[in-house]
Amino acid sequence: MQFEALRKLNAARRARQAAISVTDISDGKVQVILEGEDVSGPLGEEVAKAFRSGKAGTVDVEGRSLFLNVHLPPPRIVVIGAVHISQALARLAPVAGYDLTIIDPRTAFATEERFEGVELIAEWPEDVLKDRPLDAYTALAALTHDPKIDDFPLSEALRAGCFYVGALGSRKTHAKRVERLKEMGRTDNEIGRIAAPIGLDIGAASPAEIALATLAQIVQAFRRRELVAAE
Amino acid sequence: MTVSEILDPLATAESWKEAGRDVAIATVIDTWGSAPRPAGSHLVIDGEGNFEGSVSGGCVEGAVITEALDVISTGTPKMLEFGVADETAWRVGLSCGGKIRVYVERLG
Repeated sequence: MQFEALRKLNAARRARQAAISVTDISDGKVQVILEGEDVSGPLGEEVAKAFRSGKAGTVDVEGRSLFLNVHLPPPRIVVIGAVHISQALARLAPVAGYDLTIIDPRTAFATEERFEGVELIAEWPEDVLKDRPLDAYTALAALTHDPKIDDFPLSEALRAGCFYVGALGSRKTHAKRVERLKEMGRTDNEIGRIAAPIGLDIGAASPAEIALATLAQIVQAFRRRELVAAE
Repeated sequence: MTVSEILDPLATAESWKEAGRDVAIATVIDTWGSAPRPAGSHLVIDGEGNFEGSVSGGCVEGAVITEALDVISTGTPKMLEFGVADETAWRVGLSCGGKIRVYVERLG
């Protein structure tokens, strides 16, 4: 693999852009193709298929054996709320390979000291998500249980098709939240996707255990998300 | 560097190369049966045998690293196959019963 090809590939991955590296098995030459780039002919068809399936594999194109490796954007977690659970989640997520960002406008919570080395944005979600929109490769966990802070990003996450949307709060709190999200224009189907109460049911009690249950639920949602089957 | 970057073999390969180290990239190309890592998984190796990532559950990494050092010195890519049917299965093989094909190339 040429170093330039690796740099292009890594730059795309850092920018959360889907990319495919095409290795010619006979000579080791690598071509990096970004999603949306125009590739003509039989290779173009194989590339489009691989982007849809998300699966790596070898294909034969015009007598050449090619290995297509699909690099979809790494899943990331956006956490609303710089709370106790978020402190544990911020430590667990990178180990599982997830990037993590915390948003909380309450500067008393969102302090450097509580979240050393974590990407922390002490602004309103409305303002942050304008510049950094949510996408299908993002999980959103709303942990403040304050409607003023949680509702907007929850609604946005459902609209953007985030692969996971979870919200902290009791069933009673959630029932009220459902009503508010309906008023915000979200459909029953969309609202039904919210994981609430948050986290897999492992009997989690402490903030760290709830963080672990939430991360496990995020991994489950990511691995079982509906990828279009390869034709 | 965040933890997820440290665990990212391709990011490691780029930073090693930038630091002037020789680098080989090993990639799982095909799998049959119950293989421990899916196609597309990477192991990166430097000229001194340091490595990051994995192509199996630790079963064949040693053999891949040895071959990678050869690839680094010659510059010629290699295709390696591992499985229980391999005559060296008692030494390096996949105890899970699967079979994998690993492509090893020099980062140039």
